[in-house]
Amino acid sequence: MANPIEQFKIKPLIDIRVEGVDISFTNSALMMGIVVGGVTALLLLGMRERAVIPGRWQSLAEIFYEFVANMIRDNVGPEGRRYFPFIFTLFMFVLFGNMLGMIPMAFTFTSHIAVTFAMALVVFTGVTIIGFARHGLHFLHMFFPHGAPLATAPILVPIELISYLSRPFSLAVRLFANMTVGHIILKVIAGFVVMLGVAGVVPLAFLAGVTILEFGIAVLQAYVFTILSCIYLNDAINMH
Amino acid sequence: MDASAAKMIGAGLAAIGMIGAGIGVGNIWSSLIATVGRNPAAKANVELYGWIGFAVTEAIALFALVVALMLLFT
Repeated sequence: MANPIEQFKIKPLIDIRVEGVDISFTNSALMMGIVVGGVTALLLLGMRERAVIPGRWQSLAEIFYEFVANMIRDNVGPEGRRYFPFIFTLFMFVLFGNMLGMIPMAFTFTSHIAVTFAMALVVFTGVTIIGFARHGLHFLHMFFPHGAPLATAPILVPIELISYLSRPFSLAVRLFANMTVGHIILKVIAGFVVMLGVAGVVPLAFLAGVTILEFGIAVLQAYVFTILSCIYLNDAINMH
Repeated sequence: MDASAAKMIGAGLAAIGMIGAGIGVGNIWSSLIATVGRNPAAKANVELYGWIGFAVTEAIALFALVVALMLLFT
């Protein structure tokens, strides 16, 4: 049976080296380029007509727009509108990365912790800067809940601080682990199909079910990644 | 003990961590079903939180799985 983690190998397609630093154009970069190009084409070409009664493409673009706009309005409130472009980009990038990764033999760039952690770190740093810019040092009140007795501060503050600092890790590892493990499971079950020969129809049926589940997970994880970013943004903008 | 055998045992031990996530995911769905059973009108409101809770809890199982896979394949 083939090694199930071989599919996550990054292969350089065009070797580029600048002063000893490897910045080759890899299959991961190729998939990211396809996703960015695809999303841009979908939205730009879809909205080209600007019809009052939208066609199919325009409907699709509007569905994505309204989905993210509603998510921000419900979770952040009217002040979150300003951050719509960022959240929308994040959602589309993760969603299309996950979905295109489900194509057989395609590379899933969200299955690399370098990619997900970079995104999570941008969210975390941005949210922290927004919080300090809006509330100044008052933002530090987030680490000490209202109404708690002062004597509990030595316990509460470190707990809140650790839970705040662990956000980018949990955000990154959640997406990375879901995509990695999903693809490994698919590969392992596909190995059973080949091994069992004619009796392989049983794992094949199971594989079909798992593939459907993986599509659901791909959408769900893009959604969860975005909604958690929204919740963190809400914490920074409207401190509880 | 052979190092590769210890790796296998370690991976098995790491997978035990998934017990908790299994209980957690079961808890989420059972509460959700109970809620919708009591008040079907609330379905649209609570379903979303059910999915978010599922994804967040499931991630805990995946942390354990990542540890197990790291032991097996590195």
